[in-house]
Amino acid sequence: MLKSLASQIKEFKKDSILTPFCMILEVIFEMVIPLLMASMIDDGVEAGNLSHIYKVGVWMVAAAACGLLSGTLGGWTAARASAGFARNLREAMFENIQSFSFSNIDKFSTAGLVTRLTTDVTNIQNAYQMILRMCFRAPFSMICAMAMAFVINGRLAAIYLAAVVILGILLFLIMTSAMKYFQQAFPKYDDMNASVQENVSAIRVVKAYVREDHETSKFKQASQNIYDIFIKAECNLVFNAPLMQITVYTCILLISWQGAKMIVGGSLTTGELMSLLTYCMNILMSLMMLSMVFVMISMSMASARRIAEVLDETSDLANPAQPVYQAEDGSIEFQNVDFAYHQESGEPVLQQVNLNIRSGETIGVIGGTGSAKTSLVNLISRLYDVTAGNVLVGGRDVREYDMEALRNQVAVVLQKNVLFSGTILENLRWGNPSATEEECRHACHLACADEFIEKMPDGYHTYIEQGGANVSGGQKQRLCIARALLKKPKILILDDSTSAVDTATDGKIRQAFAREIPGTTKIIIAQRISSVESADRIVVMEDGRVHGFGTHEQLLKDDEIYREVYESQTSGGGDFDEKAGED
Amino acid sequence: MAGPKGISARVRAKGAAHVENPGKVFLRLMKYILQNYLIHYIVVAVLIFISVLANVQGTLFMRNLIDEYITPMLLAQSPDFTPLSGAVARVAGLYGVGVVSTFAYNRILINVTQGTLRRFRDDLFTHMQRLPISYFDTHAHGDLMSVYTNDADTLRQMISQSMPQVFNSMITIVSVLISMLILNVPLTLITLVMVSVMLFVSKKLVGTSGTFFARQQKDLGAVNGFIEEMMNGQKVVKVFCHEKENIENFRRINNQLFDSANKAHAFANMLGPVSMQMGNISYVVCAIAGSVLALNGVGGFTLGGLASFLAFNRSFNMPINQVSQQFNAIVMAMAGAQRMFALMDEEPEIDQGYVVLVNVREENGRLIETQERTGRWAWKHTHQADGSVDYVEVKGDVVFDGVDFGYDDRKIVLHDVKLYATPGQKIAFVGSTGAGKTTITNLINRFYDIQDGKIRYDGINVNKIKKDDLRRSLGMVLQDTHLFTGTVADNIRYGKLDASDEEVIAAARLANADGFIRRLPEGYDTLLTGDGANLSQGQRQLLAIARAAIADPPVLILDEATSSIDTRTERIVQDGMDKLMQGRTTFVIAHRLSTVKNADCIMVLEQGRIIERGTHQELIDQKGRYYQLYTGNLQAD
Repeated sequence: MLKSLASQIKEFKKDSILTPFCMILEVIFEMVIPLLMASMIDDGVEAGNLSHIYKVGVWMVAAAACGLLSGTLGGWTAARASAGFARNLREAMFENIQSFSFSNIDKFSTAGLVTRLTTDVTNIQNAYQMILRMCFRAPFSMICAMAMAFVINGRLAAIYLAAVVILGILLFLIMTSAMKYFQQAFPKYDDMNASVQENVSAIRVVKAYVREDHETSKFKQASQNIYDIFIKAECNLVFNAPLMQITVYTCILLISWQGAKMIVGGSLTTGELMSLLTYCMNILMSLMMLSMVFVMISMSMASARRIAEVLDETSDLANPAQPVYQAEDGSIEFQNVDFAYHQESGEPVLQQVNLNIRSGETIGVIGGTGSAKTSLVNLISRLYDVTAGNVLVGGRDVREYDMEALRNQVAVVLQKNVLFSGTILENLRWGNPSATEEECRHACHLACADEFIEKMPDGYHTYIEQGGANVSGGQKQRLCIARALLKKPKILILDDSTSAVDTATDGKIRQAFAREIPGTTKIIIAQRISSVESADRIVVMEDGRVHGFGTHEQLLKDDEIYREVYESQTSGGGDFDEKAGED
Repeated sequence: MAGPKGISARVRAKGAAHVENPGKVFLRLMKYILQNYLIHYIVVAVLIFISVLANVQGTLFMRNLIDEYITPMLLAQSPDFTPLSGAVARVAGLYGVGVVSTFAYNRILINVTQGTLRRFRDDLFTHMQRLPISYFDTHAHGDLMSVYTNDADTLRQMISQSMPQVFNSMITIVSVLISMLILNVPLTLITLVMVSVMLFVSKKLVGTSGTFFARQQKDLGAVNGFIEEMMNGQKVVKVFCHEKENIENFRRINNQLFDSANKAHAFANMLGPVSMQMGNISYVVCAIAGSVLALNGVGGFTLGGLASFLAFNRSFNMPINQVSQQFNAIVMAMAGAQRMFALMDEEPEIDQGYVVLVNVREENGRLIETQERTGRWAWKHTHQADGSVDYVEVKGDVVFDGVDFGYDDRKIVLHDVKLYATPGQKIAFVGSTGAGKTTITNLINRFYDIQDGKIRYDGINVNKIKKDDLRRSLGMVLQDTHLFTGTVADNIRYGKLDASDEEVIAAARLANADGFIRRLPEGYDTLLTGDGANLSQGQRQLLAIARAAIADPPVLILDEATSSIDTRTERIVQDGMDKLMQGRTTFVIAHRLSTVKNADCIMVLEQGRIIERGTHQELIDQKGRYYQLYTGNLQAD
């Protein structure tokens, strides 16, 4: 787990090594300065030797300057290393998420990913900075002081050693029990994040039902959970400071008592006793520092694990070793295809699908909700892999293609489509980053989006809010179609992408397709018969199986499901803006 | 989300790029914390005081150990350990008190810290609920989420560690300062000059790092917003192979965050070494100046006195160092607090309404207000002039009179809208997308307020009705269904929180949702997560209808889904909607032919104006815009 994190230090290795080095230098100057001070007092002030004071003063200023230099340098490198490490972690996670397949994406929640990329990374950043600055500094200064203590008097120094060992064990126990709670704390963070996200996106429902108070009390539960778990975790940590004090105080008293006895017995001098007591503070302060580092580490372990989960998640779709980059044509073939979303659970979504679609054909797909229309087309651009059988595009199995090349040639307009914050042009250029404004206009013309865009005050430069909040459903769908057209794909899949567009416009879009991109294979999933009846052939899906495949006339004759849907839609139900059959 | 069209304000990360007036933010933060925890803080202060005293006792003991206890024993013939053991026992006792108070104040501070954070989050959320819809339409959701996590977290260290440490150090600083003043005034002044130089440098450093910390929190919010948006659209990113561009864009804002975080911490990390070494230099300056004074015998100052003074100088610098170590956390907390306060300072929805919705029963032809649920509602209108009370029965009579509206004053999107709906009538809005249909419905429930004209509800100007009561009387089914985490029953009950199980089932039956709910693995107790991701579009709509049905409002606003549901489900949904509309005044943004035909009045909208109105037959006979739409000879937009 830590390995995958540590591999992200990358270019900040130099800074990461330099920091402890600077810190140790700082410790050395820190050790030197008290010696100089003592010399200043003993040989300068008490002896009334002004020139010695000057001399030592110059040395001290020099030492202070060096200390400042190493300390500052260490601070800079630590900041760079930790901020850089955090940047690399975020980038690595983001990059890895970009490589996720659809089924990987299904596994993580949006709110969870957001917390992982921000809060968790910030925790790691703080912990890493602490580790760099303290992990070497504290033991080094402790060892120095301990060594000095042993040089003075082994027996008394043994008290420190014992104290350090006991304290170390106790701190370790505290940390492990606290860590248990910190690990539980982060999922609670996800919950709170999800609760805010849910509330904010459904704010119209909340306000319409005057449920502000209800929502607030729900949120308060989430925040109460965080409160409870943190109180539990920190109640463990709260023993740290008193425990430390007990140890320090016990040491002081023991050393004083034992030291006094030894002095009386003649085996210790008073000066040595005073030095021993000074080192006491030094040793235990270092231990305190270490324990703080330990707290930070234990708090961030939970974060580290959550980050590693994202970093270590590998896409379950892999590019082939020798990928093919070009599809022959837009023909599609399903050979005995079975498909299930979870390999293990095995509940099949598609069963024994056999279809043969010629390049340039227009294919309609119709069927009830849950009949696996979307799952069927998702296999064509290899958004998921089949469980059994083969899907062929241009005569080759989709698993032989380079995935990006495949998806550039198979454009999908998803059912649940999203526009991103940015201008209309920027959104369109998702289809083709180098598209000229002229090409964008043309694509919009085909998708019948040009008229409303041109009516907008800023035209193609109109800013789209997050999720396309400032355009209507039908406008959004047409923009999404235009975006897909800009890819100039060999196969174009519209997954119920004109449901919010009126029938006339819907028809116009289909006419434009037939006229302008005759060579492109077009697959149109729809609920309205009118959207598919003019297709070359129509697939009727039912419970994950192909129930019928043929022209409108054939299906009307042979397929009872198709006939039923057709009759129900032409008998006066339908949409208002659909050309009605009667009246 | 059916958002307002034409808002030009872009979604952007909130908050200034630097902490404006950190002192003011700090004071406000302290006031906020002390409001609830004043007593806690007083207790903590006393405990810290005790803990410091115990520590000082120990230090004094060590200073006197040799002179008062050991030296006499060395001189004595038979060393008597009783005074020493007595002293050790006494100090041990004091230490014990110190340890206990340290434990106690740390324990109290946990509650203060976590309690403050909880209260902050709760207050933020409560306040956020009162903000107008326009706020949510113009702010990145991820950036809002960041306030509750990233910004709130900055306060943790400050409250639990920095503040007690600062207080602790203050006590030490004051006591040492007094001792120094007693010993020698000129040297104390020198020390103070050095300290002020140090503070000046620290202030500069804190200011610089504070600017970067504020930038860091802002950049963090931007990163949060970007991630939230992209993760939501991740599948679209995949099908467009937009991963590289996405990484490119992320890298840009991520680098910005790196830059501000790096600078903030770099400057903050300098504080420690700078203040420590300045302390050392102060020591040298005092030693030299003191020796000169002592050797010249100025003011009776002796070398012995200098030695003690220098010891004080050391113990004076130490707490100042410790305080400056904490500046880091404090500055970061200011940056976070500023963003939290910025959200809290957002203007909430203004509600000057005073007409409220009450249950009534009729007695002798008069309406009497009652507490019980009678199924009959009335507007309780307390006249402001004379305090007299009127009851007007809620019927669902809605009148728009010359209404103009724009999302901002300069761009009017609805012009002179006039319409009236008498109780039980069904009013359908048709027209091309962007004509202003959704906007009109947003005005009835006052999601947005009108610029000019009047909207009357049962004869009362809607501005006079309390917003909550107004909205309670209006049911809403939006085009996009939003469900909440919880069971199916919870989601239906959202329309009426105290509804019984029978009422929930009855509402589900009315909405034709009962059938599919019973087929779910756990029926009404099936848990929905992630906006009901495990349900189909049609099922989600049925739940939204049931939710409106259980609220049983006199007026309904329906935005018919132009949705992707199959014909069979569509028929079920349609039937549910029709049952819901029965006997209620209904405003419906219509897409279904049957809805339009059955409407009592159809409003044809174009570019924010009502251009035709009438029944289906009348409008067909007019052969105008409606006729064109109906016969499909004209495409929308």
